[in-house]
Amino acid sequence: MPLRHYGRWISAAVVLTLIALLGMAFARGGIEWSVVGHYLTAGAILHGLGNTVMITLCSMALAIVLGVVVALMRMSANPVTSTVAFGYIWLFRGVPVLLQLLIWYNLALVFPTIGFGDFQTRTIDVMTPFMAALLGLGINMSAYTAELVRAGILSVDRGQIEAAQAISLTPGQIRRRVVLPQAMRVILPPLGNEFISTLKMSSLAAVISYGEILESAEFIYYANNRVIELLIVAAIWYLAVVSVLSVVQHFVERRVGRGFQHSVKRTGRSLGRSGKGDAA
Amino acid sequence: MNRTTVVRAIEVHKSFGPVHVLRGVSLEVHAGEVLCLMGPSGSGKSTFLRCINQLERVDDGELWVRDELVGYRLHRGRLRELTEREITRQRRGIGMVFQRFNLFPHMTALGNVVEGPLRALGHNRADALAAARSLLDRVGLSDKYDAYPAQLSGGQQQRVAIARALAMQPHLMLFDEPTSALDPELVGEVLDVMKALAAEGMTMVVVTHEVGFAREVGDTLVFMDGGVVVESGPPAEVLSTPQHPRTREFLSRVLG
Repeated sequence: MPLRHYGRWISAAVVLTLIALLGMAFARGGIEWSVVGHYLTAGAILHGLGNTVMITLCSMALAIVLGVVVALMRMSANPVTSTVAFGYIWLFRGVPVLLQLLIWYNLALVFPTIGFGDFQTRTIDVMTPFMAALLGLGINMSAYTAELVRAGILSVDRGQIEAAQAISLTPGQIRRRVVLPQAMRVILPPLGNEFISTLKMSSLAAVISYGEILESAEFIYYANNRVIELLIVAAIWYLAVVSVLSVVQHFVERRVGRGFQHSVKRTGRSLGRSGKGDAA
Repeated sequence: MNRTTVVRAIEVHKSFGPVHVLRGVSLEVHAGEVLCLMGPSGSGKSTFLRCINQLERVDDGELWVRDELVGYRLHRGRLRELTEREITRQRRGIGMVFQRFNLFPHMTALGNVVEGPLRALGHNRADALAAARSLLDRVGLSDKYDAYPAQLSGGQQQRVAIARALAMQPHLMLFDEPTSALDPELVGEVLDVMKALAAEGMTMVVVTHEVGFAREVGDTLVFMDGGVVVESGPPAEVLSTPQHPRTREFLSRVLG
């Protein structure tokens, strides 16, 4: 007789009951689901969604580029470089993102113009909401990315670098061809999480009037008072984008895992071998 | 004997912090010679091997490979340490095989072998691939071009590692206990490849515990202990009539 998993049945019953109760509560709560449905594909919401996705992608790209550079600086043998990198991480990881966004956005208050020498422009023209959001989110995330990249690089076996040196690869080639591809395997899962965090943190850019999805939702409910309905609309879109990102993450991880997922086969072999040994 | 000297070590010293590992190693390796380095663990034999292709830097003494001083160059009458780039250039021509293979796990067998010729030597892709395939054929892995290291046995991985080193067309091959990490039944296939290489006249320095290999293939056996060369000579002589008590003691343990 197969083992009965009573625990699973009981927990399933409990969970279903709770979901049913929650569902009933929302149904009675006077939420106009038709409003949710209506605004889900409204032009202003989709425009905000586009901006959310764009700022996320741009900030992440900036975070990865800066993160790799800062990680390499942090690991450099040059004490000046590594101290600068340490200070960078300390500063931009230590100050809350919301505050960083506000500082970038309000930079014009203290630096009315920026530029080099004769090339001066008004800060207010350069520091658009998009620019401030990009710098605030991207630089903050780059401090985290730098630490991820550093952990990934440290996880690569020393023997790999020696083998690469032994076939006369230059330090740059060793980094690009041997160390980073292997570090990626360690870096990618947490980087995926960081991507998702950035997506959600981009909602903070609403306070510096960057027109992302939460700001769009807010503008609409200021006008029609359907507060919860529009927040639900935004939530649905966040969940949708996160789901897409998770799928992408899965495939990317599989791609960089090449050469690593075959260990099962090998265990099978060595088990067979030790069996032979025992017989002998 | 009037052969070209490939490696000449003169009183080579190396310390790791307070640990003085090499305490004045002097030896010579000639073109076409197979020199086997033996000795108890901690005797400095691997460290010495690693000094030859600058995985470690020599602290004191002179180490010459062909007619170049390893790791230094003369600049206005003074010795200057080489930069990374110059070290990379000096390493060209020296192949190395590691105890734990150190194949690149994210590349196939073929990918591992073409990497050096493609990136370091700048060969064109078609030539490099053709040469790599023929090297893998030579080490008996013609059916494993596209296998990743994790799909190969230890013996197969080590043979790929040998092919990877040979792809750089070295004049000198260094082996750092190439069979120590292998299951006993896989040792033979790696030693066979090394024997074939020796028969073709490759200059080889082999750190090994394989007495049989040293006797059969080695031209010189160097016994090291405590960071110095204790005894050296033709393997048959050193193995049958060791002169130094430490050699005798070691051999009696190894030969059981």
